[in-house]
Amino acid sequence: MNVDLSAITSVVPFLLSGLLFTIQITLVGVAGGIVFGSGLAVARLSNNRLLSAFATAYINVMRSIPLIMVIFWVFFLVPWAIGWLTNGGRPVAVGASLTIYVTFVLFEAAYYAEIVRAGFRSISAGQYAACEALGLSKLNAYIYILFPQAIRNVLPILLTQTIILFQDTSLVYVISATDLLGAATKIAQRDGRLVEMYLIVGVIYFLFCYAASQFVKRLQGRLAYGVRG
Amino acid sequence: MISISHVSKSYGTFQVLKDCNAEVARGEVVVICGPSGSGKSTLIKTVNGLETIDAGEIKVGDFRLAPGVTHMAALRRSVGMVFQSFELFPHLTVLSNVTIAQTKVLKRPKAAAEEKARSLLTRVGLSTHITKYPAQLSGGQQQRVAIARALALDPEVMLFDEPTSALDPEMVNEVLDVMTSLAKQGMTMICVTHEMGFARNVANRVLFMDGGEIVETAEAAKFFNAPASERAKAFLARILKH
Repeated sequence: MNVDLSAITSVVPFLLSGLLFTIQITLVGVAGGIVFGSGLAVARLSNNRLLSAFATAYINVMRSIPLIMVIFWVFFLVPWAIGWLTNGGRPVAVGASLTIYVTFVLFEAAYYAEIVRAGFRSISAGQYAACEALGLSKLNAYIYILFPQAIRNVLPILLTQTIILFQDTSLVYVISATDLLGAATKIAQRDGRLVEMYLIVGVIYFLFCYAASQFVKRLQGRLAYGVRG
Repeated sequence: MISISHVSKSYGTFQVLKDCNAEVARGEVVVICGPSGSGKSTLIKTVNGLETIDAGEIKVGDFRLAPGVTHMAALRRSVGMVFQSFELFPHLTVLSNVTIAQTKVLKRPKAAAEEKARSLLTRVGLSTHITKYPAQLSGGQQQRVAIARALALDPEVMLFDEPTSALDPEMVNEVLDVMTSLAKQGMTMICVTHEMGFARNVANRVLFMDGGEIVETAEAAKFFNAPASERAKAFLARILKH
């Protein structure tokens, strides 16, 4: 078998469009996942039992099923669900991209929620007392005092989870979406260039994840309070 | 100004406060002392609602605190608190620590809040440290920032919960000096402290607590020279031995 790396040059734009989609999924998953996940974390820590029970159940269910299942569920069930609600029972087509964005936000939120919750729990009880003693409302205390400290305390773990998320985006191949791996697969099968394609894709995933993990490593040393400025 | 009447509190079967009664007049400085585990910290924290009470009633100015009262925004605004472990916000600069509650709770404009913060930080001797982060300051400096942070809301009462217990000995005095000048300016203060020198020289009255009860209330000089109760005598003999 001869490996022909020149086969790659002509398909670079297609691979790049796949990579772009991979990055888009990651960004949407991170942003939406942290926002929704933080809400879940606050809900789980809340004194309201109903709210806390709902958040706990959601997090446990999502963390107990494989991502690939959730992708299938959202892909096959959401069109029916929307159909039942709005279209008299007939399924409504939902694009693959939207399916994927929704899936990743719903799924990753469960993981980010537990990380953010650990961040809140790492803050001393005295900080909560200080917020109360100053008369800060719960919302203001969370926004200005507690959330920034919680995120800072768990930033390395948040970024590590994001690296995992970046790798997990490759699972969208099951609904034939064209992410980086999907693009490579399509070309590999069209041109019969499996080795070259999967090699280059592997290198790209490695470079991104390795660079990110090195960044996390350097960040950890700089996060102690008082080191800066 | 403050009246504590028939206040009791239990953690499960353990009663930490037993029918506590006390009055603090406007401008008065009251020191609470007693052996550890006597309920001093719990009592002072009931005054601004950080600890709930099971029975009795606390009045601070016009605000009435009783079991079940949960809306305490007005109370917190008129009562400032300083903690043993400072509890400055580590991610904010000294200046932001002193302005945040002004802008978020009192809705003061940012410029006015910063001006107020600068003048308070100058008053506690920290005008050159306003852009630093708490971790860059010594314990004594941090506690003075914490005092400025509490004063920034123009409280009518200041609560000090063992403000010098976490400090190295050489930093105790810089904090006590700030508290003394505050007392001289007429601030109403309740202080839980083991600093008997401060209690003797600055406090108007001493509340002596033991086993969750207020055992003795006396003018400071009288408390130290001629304590009435046996328990206070025993306590003073123990702590003033050296």
